Amino acid sequence: MSAKQIAITASGLTMRFGSLVAVDNVDLEITKGTIYGFLGPNGSGKSTTIRMLCGLLTPSAGSATVMGMDTRRESESLKQRIGYMTQRFSLYEDLSVKENLQFISEIYAVARSERKNRVDELLEIFSLHDRTKQRAGTLSGGQKQRLALAAATLHKPEILFLDEPTSAVDPQNRRDFWETLFELAEQGTTILVSTHYMDEAARCHSLAILDEGVKVADGTPKQLGESISFHVVEIEAENPNRARLCLLEEGQIASITQLGIKLRVMIPKAVGDPLNLVNGKLAASGLAAKTELVFPDLEDIFVAVTEKRRERQA
Amino acid sequence: MMNSLIRIYAVMRKEFLQLSRDRLTFGMIVGIPLIQLLMFGYAINTDVRNLSAAYVDEADTHLSREFVADMMASQVIVMKQRVASAIELEALLDAGDISIGIAIPDDFDRRVLGRNRPAAQLLVDGADPIILGVARQLSALPVRFDSQLRQPVQAPLLEVRNYYNPERRSAVNIVPGLVGVILTMTMVLFTAVAIVREKERGNLELLINTPIKTTELMLGKIFPYILIGLIQLVLILTLGWYFFQVPIRGSLIHVLAAAMVFIAANLSLGLLISTVASTQFQAMQMTFFFFLPSILISGFMFPFDGMPVIAQNIAEVLPLTHFNRLIRGIVLRGADIQSMLDELLALVVFMSATLTLAILRFNKRLD
Repeated sequence: MSAKQIAITASGLTMRFGSLVAVDNVDLEITKGTIYGFLGPNGSGKSTTIRMLCGLLTPSAGSATVMGMDTRRESESLKQRIGYMTQRFSLYEDLSVKENLQFISEIYAVARSERKNRVDELLEIFSLHDRTKQRAGTLSGGQKQRLALAAATLHKPEILFLDEPTSAVDPQNRRDFWETLFELAEQGTTILVSTHYMDEAARCHSLAILDEGVKVADGTPKQLGESISFHVVEIEAENPNRARLCLLEEGQIASITQLGIKLRVMIPKAVGDPLNLVNGKLAASGLAAKTELVFPDLEDIFVAVTEKRRERQA
Repeated sequence: MMNSLIRIYAVMRKEFLQLSRDRLTFGMIVGIPLIQLLMFGYAINTDVRNLSAAYVDEADTHLSREFVADMMASQVIVMKQRVASAIELEALLDAGDISIGIAIPDDFDRRVLGRNRPAAQLLVDGADPIILGVARQLSALPVRFDSQLRQPVQAPLLEVRNYYNPERRSAVNIVPGLVGVILTMTMVLFTAVAIVREKERGNLELLINTPIKTTELMLGKIFPYILIGLIQLVLILTLGWYFFQVPIRGSLIHVLAAAMVFIAANLSLGLLISTVASTQFQAMQMTFFFFLPSILISGFMFPFDGMPVIAQNIAEVLPLTHFNRLIRGIVLRGADIQSMLDELLALVVFMSATLTLAILRFNKRLD
């Protein structure tokens, strides 16, 4: 291994369910101690990929290693080194917060002397210490999620798989949750998190965009922004609707999205001066507007890479 | 090794905690044996009495009236009414108002004396074999002539010596059999549902991603229910002794030993079902698929030897068949478990086979 240490690799990872190809020939290389995101809509193969990497599903083709261990042959010994947070809350709803954590600590066979300390420590870290006796089923979405993460990190895994961890959580809890993830990453944990929120994906050190089981792009958010073959122009117009109708007539514009009073326009990089094109078009219609060339955000990237794939298919 | 024990213990403790919070299941542990014991104990009665009957007496002589009075005195039938003709008797039988009709013709006295023709007729609802059996019993009733005996009573060829149940009470046979029936139902169902429920609630997806081994999970699930099974056993035998005076003639230790193996066999089957079923409803259906033949052909309801050979062969596979022999042997005959080791062995074989299958089938993967 080089200076850059690799936690997870995958090559040609494929999963077929009957005639459906849920995951199609995915290659991965995830660096230790980073937060890696899987971005994609529902049904894009995020969960299936995570399950294959955990050794829960046997790939139809291809292979993967996690911490240098083969997920097919060594999945059992791998289990002590990974933590997994399922999409659905999967702790026992009829046990209390503390009982759940105690159970998990025993399942991972944490040494008896450390068990109590570790459980108390987690209750403190995840601010669940005032709810120790509450049944898990009666917790709020955010509390359940904190408990699930506490359980997944109890045995101090080197790699943490999180399958859409924030789908049932309010924004404040999401923010806190991500702070915890960064703390864990700083301590050296590699985290693989799947999401369909663009803002969450943008927080990852690097990410892969999945679409219908295919990895359509990967890299850091910056690399991804640079890699797409579109300019993004933001337009602040007095009458955004009329501006939109006017720009729709321009054939070189790939897509127009309205965000409140702003318009976001994607223009292929083949067009040398996108600002000039937009300004000229608007001026010709007598519309006043402020235009600005901006760096693509993840939504732009997502639209760009998935469109490109559809075009190629068509 | 140490870690294994910790994990088995963890699963056990969790199972007990959940049980103590699941009031319905907790109630069933005590409720099912109690209700079924009282229901079956009082309802199942092969020693038939009080069948409703009617009669027509066309002779209406001293002798015929004496004969009817004797029939009633047997307590096997209760005379509901006297009708005018045999046709009315048939109508009552058709309507299901009576199970037995007695038709006494007008030449009854002559027939009795003549002895070469039957003196009277019994009309029987023979659809129920048990009632038919009663009719046979009635037909053997002698006709007495006043108080003087015409012929000396012939000594029967065979004398019946009733062992183990001199009072001929059904409960004596039913209660020990009920131990097995109730344990079959609750044990198979509880374990099957216990694992399938975790599947349904998603707990299993978390569990299979931990270092827990299949065997550890299965053992941790089985132990608590062995204890529950033993509680049920003690409950049934105590209630059977209290309500139905069913004696325990053999050694309690032997009863416990036999029950333990039987419970473990049923639990293994429950585990096997849980690896096949994906919803609690399916688990329940599969349990009943197994439960019904267990009741019917294990010898609990009908004597084993009377069944066709093919049914006997199927019954030999069911744990309840072997347990019935064991428990009836120990409880009623005071038999020593060592004299029935082959029955015990059959249970052990069943358990090992199902448990092995369950462990092999249970996949720590989702595919």
